[in-house]
Amino acid sequence: MPLPTGNVIGLMVDNLKKRKTVFPISRRKAIKWAEELDIPEGGETVIYTGSMYQLLPYMVAAVKNMGLIEDSFLGQFVGVGRFFNRMFNVSAFIARPSRANVKRYRQIIRNIAMLLKQAGVEFGYLYKKELYAGALAYDLGADGAFRIQAQRVYDLLKEHGVRSLITIDPHTTNMLRSVYPTIIDGYDIEVKSYIEVLAASNGLQPLHNIEKEITVHDSCVYSRYEGVIEEPRQLLRRAGYTVKEPEDNRDLTHCCGGPIESLFPKMAHQIGGKRVQQLKNANGQGVATMCPICMATLKEASDGELEIDDISSFLVKAFCEVEEKPKKK
Amino acid sequence: MVTAMAKVNPDFKKKVTTSGEFNATACMDCGVCTAVCPMEIDLLPRKLFRYTLLGLEDKVLEHQQVIYQCLLCKMCEVNCTADVHIAENVRFLRSYISKEIFKL
Repeated sequence: MPLPTGNVIGLMVDNLKKRKTVFPISRRKAIKWAEELDIPEGGETVIYTGSMYQLLPYMVAAVKNMGLIEDSFLGQFVGVGRFFNRMFNVSAFIARPSRANVKRYRQIIRNIAMLLKQAGVEFGYLYKKELYAGALAYDLGADGAFRIQAQRVYDLLKEHGVRSLITIDPHTTNMLRSVYPTIIDGYDIEVKSYIEVLAASNGLQPLHNIEKEITVHDSCVYSRYEGVIEEPRQLLRRAGYTVKEPEDNRDLTHCCGGPIESLFPKMAHQIGGKRVQQLKNANGQGVATMCPICMATLKEASDGELEIDDISSFLVKAFCEVEEKPKKK
Repeated sequence: MVTAMAKVNPDFKKKVTTSGEFNATACMDCGVCTAVCPMEIDLLPRKLFRYTLLGLEDKVLEHQQVIYQCLLCKMCEVNCTADVHIAENVRFLRSYISKEIFKL
């Protein structure tokens, strides 16, 4: 029996309304990636994480648990969980991420910030004040909760004099650049993905010689919603990598399955498996993703048979002097 | 010969389509969307949008699970010969269900 759609969406919508994020994590943990990077607080241009990379380890853990109950009678108890979640944070019990995953995703954001610094880009960060942009609520059609959240985000940006955002994932980019202007009158925030910012920058030159073939997995949202197609390829080539293309690529890329993971975990895994096969057939020595959801879904579906990593992890090896690696447990 | 009457809900059609963005009328039923769908969903979007335009709410709700199985990946949309905003149309149906059925 599939998971009860209304209650699963309801759980996330309740969280968004009450806790300002679909999956509550502490603000302290969400900003930990920025430690010792000396990023100024606020400013006209800020990096906007939207908490997507920080949330993913928790979502991965939750999806595993949801997958276990998807076809069992326990799925019916999601409604009970939702009832109690309104009073206290039940979601925290559903998702206990591995420490290694938390560190891995945190390191990706650090790498992105280091790349921007290396390129000479000046930016600030809103730290604990930053809010989730609402992509999941929007995709699931929870428009009421989404509109409230979008207004909260816009008010926050205006309150802090922010004019320009550097986003780090495709879903937050799409919300802030293409969806918010359709629902907020006078929306005037300039939004660029860090991939676009780096590609347009002359300040980024390779410091190390790299010879490796990397297969590019385009995110549906970057390629078909936002037209970000050439920039990641250009950056990889500039870094010294040879770019390999899978069977479905660019604006005809194959979805990773991630968007339906919260409601249909097993089906999402099957879609991911199909894409993994295409990526294997491309015969690259590694696969570069640009979206935390793609990375998590494809890693899960590949069972460790492919080296799948965020594009920033490949870029930092070429463009930055010090590569920081997550410490072992 | 008509064997069964379909229940039409004009209000349903109005609520889903009045945004001005639900542009499924351009669909020519060519089937490219179905052919390229990574989910291999054969219902979406051809029949589903037709049901909506006809106000057949019950028929649409029968396929609620399929509506949420769509990846919104837009593989169909970039291949659509009639420029139908397929992903956004599916999202409109979700929005209707969220509000009217799930009371969110």
